[in-house]
Amino acid sequence: MTNKKEFNIVIVGTGGQGLITLLQILAEAALIEGYDIKTSELHGLSQRGGSVEVHIRFGQEIFSPLVAQGRADLILALEIQESLKGIYFSNPKTFFLINKFFVPILGEKLLEESDILKELKKNSKNIVLIPAADICQKELGKNVVAGVYLLSYASHKKIIPLKPNSILKAMEKVVPKKYFALNKKTFELAKKYGKD
Amino acid sequence: MFENILEKENKKVFLLGNEAIVRGALEAGVQFVSTYPGTPASEIGNSFYEIQNSNPPAGGKIKSFYFEFSVNEKVAIEAAGGASFSGLRSLVAMKNFGLNVASDFLLPLVYSGVKGGMVILSADDPSCHSSAQSEENTRAFASLAHIPILEPSTPQECKDFVKFAFDLSEKFQIPVMIRETTRVAHQSAPVKLSNIQYLKSNIQFIKDHKKFVTMPPRVLEMHQELLEKIEKIRDFSEISKLNSIFRSRTSAGSPTSRKLGIITSGVSYLYVMEALKELNLDIPVLKLGFFYPLPEEKIKKFINPPTGALKKVLIVEELEPYLENEVMRLAKEVNCKLKIVGKELIPEVGELKPEIVTSAIAKFTNKKHPTLNIQHPTSIPKRHPQLCPGCPYWFVFNGVKKATKDMDIIFGGDIGCYMLAGFSPHNIQDYLYCMGSSIGIAHGIKKAAPPDGGQKLITFIGDSTFFHSGIPALINTVFNKSNPLIIIMNNSTTAMTGHQPHPSAPAEPDGIEIESIVKACGVKNLRTIDPAKQEEFVKTIKEFLKKDEVSVIIARHPCIFVKKQKG
Repeated sequence: MTNKKEFNIVIVGTGGQGLITLLQILAEAALIEGYDIKTSELHGLSQRGGSVEVHIRFGQEIFSPLVAQGRADLILALEIQESLKGIYFSNPKTFFLINKFFVPILGEKLLEESDILKELKKNSKNIVLIPAADICQKELGKNVVAGVYLLSYASHKKIIPLKPNSILKAMEKVVPKKYFALNKKTFELAKKYGKD
Repeated sequence: MFENILEKENKKVFLLGNEAIVRGALEAGVQFVSTYPGTPASEIGNSFYEIQNSNPPAGGKIKSFYFEFSVNEKVAIEAAGGASFSGLRSLVAMKNFGLNVASDFLLPLVYSGVKGGMVILSADDPSCHSSAQSEENTRAFASLAHIPILEPSTPQECKDFVKFAFDLSEKFQIPVMIRETTRVAHQSAPVKLSNIQYLKSNIQFIKDHKKFVTMPPRVLEMHQELLEKIEKIRDFSEISKLNSIFRSRTSAGSPTSRKLGIITSGVSYLYVMEALKELNLDIPVLKLGFFYPLPEEKIKKFINPPTGALKKVLIVEELEPYLENEVMRLAKEVNCKLKIVGKELIPEVGELKPEIVTSAIAKFTNKKHPTLNIQHPTSIPKRHPQLCPGCPYWFVFNGVKKATKDMDIIFGGDIGCYMLAGFSPHNIQDYLYCMGSSIGIAHGIKKAAPPDGGQKLITFIGDSTFFHSGIPALINTVFNKSNPLIIIMNNSTTAMTGHQPHPSAPAEPDGIEIESIVKACGVKNLRTIDPAKQEEFVKTIKEFLKKDEVSVIIARHPCIFVKKQKG
């Protein structure tokens, strides 16, 4: 964020993937680093397995809780088909960090990975697809932490201008005590893979 | 996550708009809180409930307030009113449609006024993110009920405005409304805290016939007194900092134009400031915290300042142009040449977004704004919400479909998770309106049917919705004789809004049995069945569809989240 005054993230996924927890971790981490922050989330029936989209913006002075069209710095997609929803917020510099993971839609054919990537590439060159759900399932026995994995990866790789240590501190505050150990392991795992 | 709400004073914590409302009420020393859950207002009740039930007690003395989930919003506001009449500071929270239910009491309540400060929170949902029914704009209640309405923009303002509202309410002995919208209620930001207050008041209902009995001819005097009171509050609104002029910090250093201005409020203000930053414009922005009564002199001075009258003003507001119409009226008095731009650039349907406001301001100022070159995908698969895996409603809908295969059945819907009956793979919902309406409408359809009985009709209604407003309609079907089949889906919780208790599913095992109520209403065809027992469920539906009187099946099977809590 050296020459920019703000950082905008849109997280997309499906209900139950823990988007709001990710939002809270990011917000607490940004608060630790002294930024002004706004987030926007939705509650209610939309959470029951439907598409979910949450926004976070941080910087020197933030007014709108919503990221404007074409103004996202990072799209974090917890489900690959949902990444298409991020295009609305993207510009050629937008970074797409995508969980290579499909949640089928009842009565719809799964989209092809190559077709999804083709649509994304029309808008941005910074597209990174990571099998986060598979890595977490294999190494930790749980794929629900895929979002935390991607978030940790983004901070280790400096895709997000927040220090990894702030993310970890924020996790400790936001995540329920009994799950913190698992989240910390996920954080370390992302660091290890990030180096490879 | 109520720990943040109870953090120490002077700390800056991260709060949701609705959590900030709770903190504001605690800082104002709230003593009585009632609500009926409804998104986007639900987290207010949930937070009070969690604080009340926390073990060990959260924040020590914090349990100094009474909290309840009332049976519906009308009862909730009446209870909060009664507590206020006895001198307590009371808060009642609901979503916009709840205010319709509560409005029967609201109008005379504003006439009589209150004793202890009373704050009514109503949450609108432009774009209907979590609302069936309509894109209701609560602001209309200002002219209907003459109730003061404040509109916060941020979580910090949610907290501060609630405190201010309690003081205003007590000072002028009038209930005060806070109107949120989804993007305020579900917006999070750092909030600077003040200290939580514990009030000791003389709790007593002091009889006062002149105040608490709204009978004519006294009621006409009350109407007059209310109008006079509103003018006094308007004087207060004129000098209040809640209505202030803001400027954008631009690199330009000098005003873009002395002839332009913007008037806005609520979340729209945030989009305006964002747009001015983005377009590098310096235009004065009048932000109105008071929607009613409006600071008319302040607005007149804004559009006609001593430095010279404005040429054009842009009104940025979501939904109906209420503010625009008021400004139009005021401009006639002081600046009749003023061009007032509002709904010609700002859509009336759907919520606003920053890009919509930026583009409107660019047009308003004739500023070039580069268009984005986004290659939108040809199609994005639609992912509708689904019933949770294991939800008992799967059994209910499957059973109903099995029992009515190849039959011409009208399916009535009501408000709850079971609204999903309207989506694939169920597709059994032929009408859907407001809370409890499934039964009332069913009665009308059946009465309108030809003498041979016409089409059969099955309605779905949840347990909490049944208590909320289904019971009078059920009595009506018995009293006025019609024969729908009503399936009351008893899953032992108010599921859709976040699993709140209700009269037959309280935290302690002393619930009111739905069976007893249905029986007492005079329903003869009544059976309680676990819909997981499909054979019996299907057989009963077939049998009851043949009845000449109303019949009721109570489909009883707990929500999967209730099971988890108990197991």
